[in-house]
This record gives sequence, C-alpha cells and structure tokens, in this order.
Amino acid sequence: MQERPEQATAPIVRFQEVTKAFGDLVVLRELDFDVAPAEKVCIIGPSGSGKTTILRVLMTLEKPNAGVIWVDGEPLWHKQTKDGALVPADEKHLRKVRGNIGMVFQHFNLFPHMTAIRNVYEAPVHVLGQPKEKAVARAQSLLDKVGLADKYEQFPSQLSGGQKQRVAIARALAMQPKVMLFDEVTSALDPELVGEVLGVIRELALEGEMAMLLVTHEMGFAREVSDRVVFFDKGQIVEQGPPEQIFSNPQNPRTQQFLGATLRH
Amino acid sequence: MTELLEFFDFNYALEILPVLLEGLWVTVQVSVAGFALAAVLGLLMALARRSENSWLSEPVGALVEFVRSTPLLVQLFFLFYVLPRYGLRLPPFIVGTVALGLHYGTYASEVYRAGIDAIGRGQWEAARALNFSTGYTWTGIILPQAIPPMIPALGNYLIAMFKESAQLAAITVPELLFTGQVLGARNFRYLVPITMVGALYFAISYPSSLIVRQLEARYARAT
Repeated sequence: MQERPEQATAPIVRFQEVTKAFGDLVVLRELDFDVAPAEKVCIIGPSGSGKTTILRVLMTLEKPNAGVIWVDGEPLWHKQTKDGALVPADEKHLRKVRGNIGMVFQHFNLFPHMTAIRNVYEAPVHVLGQPKEKAVARAQSLLDKVGLADKYEQFPSQLSGGQKQRVAIARALAMQPKVMLFDEVTSALDPELVGEVLGVIRELALEGEMAMLLVTHEMGFAREVSDRVVFFDKGQIVEQGPPEQIFSNPQNPRTQQFLGATLRH
Repeated sequence: MTELLEFFDFNYALEILPVLLEGLWVTVQVSVAGFALAAVLGLLMALARRSENSWLSEPVGALVEFVRSTPLLVQLFFLFYVLPRYGLRLPPFIVGTVALGLHYGTYASEVYRAGIDAIGRGQWEAARALNFSTGYTWTGIILPQAIPPMIPALGNYLIAMFKESAQLAAITVPELLFTGQVLGARNFRYLVPITMVGALYFAISYPSSLIVRQLEARYARAT
C-alpha cells in the first residue's frame, strides 16, 4: 500500500482501521482512508470489492464491525466521552453527524409520491426547518442548475432515468452537505443518458467547495474529475494516486490487470 | 313463482321494512366503527411486529396469530359472557365493535405488513440519507406510498366484516339479523323477515364490491 498524500488541512473524512463483514465475507478490512475538504476522490475496482460499502458505512446505511470513522473532526458511529473514550453513538448523534453527508444512489430512490420539486425541498423543510418559501426557491434554483427548470411539477414516473438522477442530485445538494457520495450513479442509466448526469457532476466538481467521493465504472470520467483515484480490491486499498499516475502508470499488478481488462472492453 | 308469491307476503314485507332498516342502520354503524378500530389496530399491530424490540414484536405476533386462528363467534362469547365475571361489563354494541375491530385488525395488520414490505429498501435509505426522523420517515415517506395500494384489500375486509357482523346477533346487538330473528320469532314467520335481511345485506355488499373492484383496477393501472 502506498503512503497517503500529505494533507495540509484536517481531513473531512477519516476511516481508521474500519472493518465491515457480512457473515464470513469481509468487505472492508481494517481500512485506513482520508478525504481532504473539497477533495474529489474516485474509487474504482472490481465488482464486489467493497467500494460501495465504503460509501454505505459513511452514510450510516451499514454499521461497521470495528474501527472509527471521523467526519469533520467528529466520530460518526461513536460519541466521545469527556475523557476522550469512544462509546457507541445514539440516534441523535448519528443524525447530527450524518447531516454533513449527502448521497446519490445508483437507483435514484426518488420519492415517487412527490413532485420533482417537493423531492428537493421536503428535507430542507422537515429536517433543517427552513421556511417553505425559502426552501422552494432554493429547490427551484437547484433544479434549474441541473437543467430541469421545466420539470418542477413532474412526478418521478414522468421523468427519464437521467432526469430522475439529476433530481436526486439536486435533492442531495439541497441539504448542503460537506461531503457528497455518488454510488455508481450512472450504472442504471441507458447509455445515451449517462452524459447528462456526468455533465452535472463535472460542474459540481469544478465548483469545488464540497468533497466528493465517487464509486464509478466510468474510467474516462474518473480520470477527468478526480484529484485522486483509489483502486480498491478485496476490502483494501491496493493503490492510490493522482489519476494520471493510476491510469497511465499503475504500479500494482492487480491495478494493471483490472485497468487492462477495463480498457480492453 | 306463483307458489313463492303465495308464501311471500309483500304487505307483511313492507310492514316490517322500517324495523329492518333500523337494524341495518345498527349493522352499518357497528361495521364502520369496527372497521375504523381495525384499521388503527391493524397498523399498530403491523408496526409492533416489525419492532426490533422482541418484547413488543413477539407478544403482538402471538396475539395476532391467536386471534386469526379462533372463530369470531367464540371471541364474541368470550368478551360478552366471560369478561363480566371479572367485573368488565360492557354494552353489546361496544363488545361487538371491539371484537370486530380486534378480529379484523389482525387481518388488516397482514395487509399493512405486505404493503409496507412492498416499499423498497431504497426508500428507507434515501430517507436516512436525507436525515428524516424515524417518525417522519413513516408518516411522510413510507405510509403514503404503502397505503393507497392496500385500499382494495382493506375494502374487501370491510365488506366481509359488514356481512360477518351478523354474528353479533348472538350477543343481542340489535343489528339486522337480530332484528329479523326477533320479527320471525314474534309471529313464527321466518321466511319473509330472513329473506328481507338477506336482500338488505346484498343491497349494500354488492354495490360496495363493485366499487372495490374499480379501485383495484385503478391501482393496478397506477403501478
């Protein structure tokens, strides 16, 4: 395993020896992994290698078996007592720390009984307590930003896959997370719709402020948007570095083999 | 036909109709009240059975299975004749409403359970990712999606309950069948009142089942 790149600032996300197993299957094996504020990290690797689980334990959708995850200086799954010891977190603490994180899912997971715009403003109103007019105005500007200015009142069933995913991105952005997770967000899309979604994410990456953690099979996209590419296999980071290095000059034989197989496709 | 007409005294039928309609009104009231109770109890039972706390989920699960596996009539007798021995004496109408609500609540809980299970994991995960509270996840995200497709199944139970409420005659609730029986006993003429009772049940049940069928078609289209 390579040395982590030097980081001038405190990481926004830090995994410390995080282990996650489903029965006998270990999907994260004492994983150490940092993300700097505003850093864009793409995670690549074979299917079933545990890439998605990194995002899922960070979103608190799966509970790690061991290790500590830090988000913006606070432990996610633990609470710190006065003497610094870590004890399991309660739901209140989870909700507080989880508020820093947003996620876009492979299968969109829009709320089908709500219009596009309500999908976007619902959480700001009910979770953040924003006044409805303000939340609606912001939802409008977010939908405009993802190119759906004419789709406010459409229900998800009336939208294409690419449009649904763009609503889902706007929905996650409305919560103003410091870290945004993208879990194979184009894998469920028809090929002709992939571009419009990647275009939106590319713009977000250029804007900069938000850290982004992307699990993707789109190698060209990963190369283009990321500050760092992580090759992940069998529950561990095999190799990581700037995209040029990973894609043009991978050092580890497993990385070489995986990229060779992917690029030959 | 003429033979039947000789047996069936239309004048008598008209004469007893107002009394039977009073009985029908009681039947409708007890059905609506029992169903409202069943709808609420069913939801609570379904939620309790899903609870991670096994001190809650297992007793409620056992209660549901027990109530589903014993006849309504036995439950009625138990509530009406046994509870007063332990100091709980309730009017027949209340006992009937509670028994119907509990009995059909267990059926409704299975409908709720299936409806809730039909909501994909992704909805729960999106709700969590957006940091909704557990309460709002239920009331704002899950139930609004789960309940509309259940309406036809719940409607069928409402109709079934409406007919089965005739069993409340056994504990002297003055509902439709009971009224017919009293009329029959008074004159030792059962044909006319009991035929009328059947016709009145049909007059409500059949149009209701047509409405439920329409709802079924509508939700089948929507999904």
